[in-house]
Amino acid sequence: MHALELRALKAAVGPALTCSLGSGECLVLRGSSGVGKSLLLRAIADLDLHEGEVLLDGVSQDAVAAPVWRRKVLYVATEPGWWSDHVGDHFPDREGITEELKHFGFGPDCLDWRIDRLSSGERQRLGLIRALSFRPDVLLLDEPTATLDAHNAGLVEALVADRRKDGMTVLWVSHDEAQARRVATGILRLSPTSAVVEDVS
Amino acid sequence: MSYVTIDLTDLLIASILVLANGGLSLLFGLGLARKLIWSALRMTIQLLAIGFVLRWLFAMESPWLTLVAALAMVAVAGREIMARQDRRLSGLWAYGLGTSTMLAAAMVVTVFALTTQIRPDPWWDPQYALPILGMILGNTMTGIALGLQTLTRGLERGKAGVEARLALGETRFGATRHVLRDALSSALIPVINGMAAAGIVSLPGMMTGQILAGVEPVEAVKYQILIMFLIAGGTAFGAIAAVLGGIMRLTDSRHRLRLDRLQDQVRTT
Repeated sequence: MHALELRALKAAVGPALTCSLGSGECLVLRGSSGVGKSLLLRAIADLDLHEGEVLLDGVSQDAVAAPVWRRKVLYVATEPGWWSDHVGDHFPDREGITEELKHFGFGPDCLDWRIDRLSSGERQRLGLIRALSFRPDVLLLDEPTATLDAHNAGLVEALVADRRKDGMTVLWVSHDEAQARRVATGILRLSPTSAVVEDVS
Repeated sequence: MSYVTIDLTDLLIASILVLANGGLSLLFGLGLARKLIWSALRMTIQLLAIGFVLRWLFAMESPWLTLVAALAMVAVAGREIMARQDRRLSGLWAYGLGTSTMLAAAMVVTVFALTTQIRPDPWWDPQYALPILGMILGNTMTGIALGLQTLTRGLERGKAGVEARLALGETRFGATRHVLRDALSSALIPVINGMAAAGIVSLPGMMTGQILAGVEPVEAVKYQILIMFLIAGGTAFGAIAAVLGGIMRLTDSRHRLRLDRLQDQVRTT
């Protein structure tokens, strides 16, 4: 039961947005670049100053300590950030991610790889695995397949679909209309002045 | 105690070295002659001025004048911390954070040393208080300036990493732990290296000065060791307070990274 509700949510750029998402649903955000899609996701995760309200299962963002909120409503940047030299340093639970690593064809030795040797595609996939390892209620994906080929993009879609069956709710920024059609239960079309939700399920 | 005094003639003779350097610069077209002479003149005037000020302060024997002199030293050092930052904090914080943490650290350590170890009579005697404050201040200033510089650079360059940690649910202190560590180590490394090299690679200036003034070498060394401890303590306290304060200011109570609280890059010509 992970329902997400946005009430007149307004990031630094873009229109105010009111909508709600049920458990396991996937809302895809579409719109030209610069319209504020990433900022909207960052506002939902409370990473930027914003106006309006976000509620998870009826509990307001402001009522919860920010770190607790972000672990439940987890934002994944297009280029995930790293802060230590080796891949494994970024995973608190190394055993719990074996399945996900295998899903993408990574062996267990990848935890010993150096971050600066990774390709952008590897970084993006490992960033997703890292986010999923926290078992968030809501996952905010910012162009999660931007650096991936069709095969790996398909693997990302499959992994996210799998978690949605367990009730994880997803907001997904995508520049690919075909992908949006494949994964969405609803498509949100953002313009500088309006936000229109289209039901596709 | 005995020492050989030097007079004006001696200074003039020594200044021949600077003039000779200027001549060499002219000869080879280095363009340094003017700068060299100007700096030498500035140094001479500044030091003579401070000499007369100190002589006057020592003669006045006033705790209030001593305090005013101490605060003036802190104010100037605070400007220096600010001048050494590429990206300053916005508003009053640019000057306030470095200066207030330096003031607190240097004052506490100086008063501690004067009242419990050196114990001149009266404890604020400017002949002891001002030179000791000056030595602690100089090092604390360098430490804080390096610490803040490394902090703001680390947060800017490592923004993606810090925001990733925040997004994964770390607190503002957890998410900046790696930047804090870098900032404090760059703040403290000059002091640590200075202690390690003292006596082998370098003879510390204060000790050398005391020896020239006729103090018995082992006595001078004891003084130097004391000063080194005070410097290490002051630098560490000041740098920790300044860097933690910087992290507090560059994040907010909702654990967001707030680099908007930095000024734009300071352009140096």
